[in-house]
Amino acid sequence: MGSRASTLLLSHSQITRLYSRFTSLDKGENGTLSREDFQRIPELAINPLGDRIINAFFSEGEDQVNFRGFMRTLAHFRPIEDNEKSKDQNGPEPLNSRSNKLHFAFRLYDLDKDDKISRDELLQVLRMMVGVNISDEQLGSIADRTIQEADQDGDSAISFAEFVKVLEKVDVEQKMSIRFLH
Amino acid sequence: GVDLGFLGPWACLSTGWWWSSCLVWATIRMEKGNKKAQPQLLKTPVANGIIERDETTMEKEIAGLHRVDFEFSDIFYFCRKGFEAIVEDEVTQRFSSEELVSWNLLTRTNVNFHYVSLRLTVVWVVGVVVRYCFLLPLRFTLAAIGITSMIVGTTVVGQLPNSSVKSYLSELVHLTCSRILVRALSGTIHYHNKENKPQKGGICVANHTSPIDAIILTNDGCYAMVGQVHGGLMGVIQRATVKACPHVWFERSEVKDRHLVTKRLREHVADKSKLPILIFPEGTCINNTSVMMFKKGSFEIGGTIYPVAIKYDPQFGDAFWNSSKYNIVSYLLRIMTSWAIVCNVWYMPPMVRKEGEDAVQFANRVRSAIAQQGGLTELPWDGGLKRAKVKDTFREEQQKNYSKMLVRNGSIGNLSTGTESD
Repeated sequence: MGSRASTLLLSHSQITRLYSRFTSLDKGENGTLSREDFQRIPELAINPLGDRIINAFFSEGEDQVNFRGFMRTLAHFRPIEDNEKSKDQNGPEPLNSRSNKLHFAFRLYDLDKDDKISRDELLQVLRMMVGVNISDEQLGSIADRTIQEADQDGDSAISFAEFVKVLEKVDVEQKMSIRFLH
Repeated sequence: GVDLGFLGPWACLSTGWWWSSCLVWATIRMEKGNKKAQPQLLKTPVANGIIERDETTMEKEIAGLHRVDFEFSDIFYFCRKGFEAIVEDEVTQRFSSEELVSWNLLTRTNVNFHYVSLRLTVVWVVGVVVRYCFLLPLRFTLAAIGITSMIVGTTVVGQLPNSSVKSYLSELVHLTCSRILVRALSGTIHYHNKENKPQKGGICVANHTSPIDAIILTNDGCYAMVGQVHGGLMGVIQRATVKACPHVWFERSEVKDRHLVTKRLREHVADKSKLPILIFPEGTCINNTSVMMFKKGSFEIGGTIYPVAIKYDPQFGDAFWNSSKYNIVSYLLRIMTSWAIVCNVWYMPPMVRKEGEDAVQFANRVRSAIAQQGGLTELPWDGGLKRAKVKDTFREEQQKNYSKMLVRNGSIGNLSTGTESD
């Protein structure tokens, strides 16, 4: 528990509570969560990006996630505390750094993991967010415009560097954090 | 630690009168003890939340940026909401036992037995002996007497021709037996505002925690129950009681037929000589911390609605029936080995449907009243989510809201499909 707490920088009581949450979601009672376990949370099931978010918990080809993996993914959403900002940069970068938060968001778009968001990948996410309410044509023009604005090297796809550049003015630290109590 | 003294009066619980005063005294003792013991007991984290949820609306969060188009950062809002729901969500935790602030000396709830001090362990061991070796056999005997006399009594009364004598006797049997059964659960129930008690020809609606809700209400007056025919012991009781009293039991196949259900309930309500109907409009047991969506069916029938709020005191035992985890027999065993069932019942002023109000609005108004009186959280979710998956329409609603925002911000002319009509 000690080493886990230090990499994730969560308090002992937070980890205990998250473990009890984990076990209550684990309907199969086998120490791991499946996609169905996540989908049983109604508020997540109605989230337009719910499936992508759930996907982020599972490694390639896996359909179960254990508590360690669960915590690793959650750790991206831990807020950055003031004392961490000034920390020396020698150790491995914490999962909740600005860059790792952005990387997490980038991977939600980049389904084929080629480190580029293609027009197709962007369209898929857009379609998940708007449902049937906007026509293919209109969505296509939104995608084109978005890529055009962000694309610097002219390959009609967004690399991680371009992604970071577009979002440089956005308060990622706050928007991609959930507030843990004590 | 908890004072040993409160165990003293447990010895005199064989008489009902003593029993209730013991409980009151024990409550005070336990509360006192808890205050003293808190720094010790609270070492295990049982406060009420893991995270503080962000209540910013999507419109404020995304559109507040004065931009005109979709941006990559739009997914941040949905991501955060999704992760918040994973860490802590409003709905699923209502389908498992309520979390207590401190351990109530029972080997259950979220904090099972854990070693705090020798003194507390001794108290706990004495408690186990008292609960299992003394209370359980006593309660079990009472329950057996209660159930047997209910079945025999209603069957005998059921042989009589329909008359006022029959309904009088039937009420007598129901009341007597449910009082025996409440004793079997060591129920201490406080009924408030008895002047608002449901009248004949009306419909009583209440929040639902457990099947014993029905016994607790019947303890103070008879109702015609509405429900589905069960198998096993419940089925035997149902078949016996319906002979004496006009309960409305539906076969499994009939429940799906909403028109038939409404028709039979309407007929019942139209007859002003018949007992008030008792309905739990949530349709499933919730852990008594919240009230979920009321199904509109009961509010379409017409007639006067008598709302009732039931709130159990979790300190003495967990009344919630987690039906997906325990069957009815093991549930009852847990209840009978708890300290007691302590609860408050509030009869609330009758409500009728206002002009221009549809059944759903009326249902919500009644639900708010019950939630407020019982100190329960109001949740818009359907209790059916305990077993079923959430309907796609809720997700579509979110997608529609997001689309509208893109349109309003001018990135596209108008919505392609006729979604403006709502």
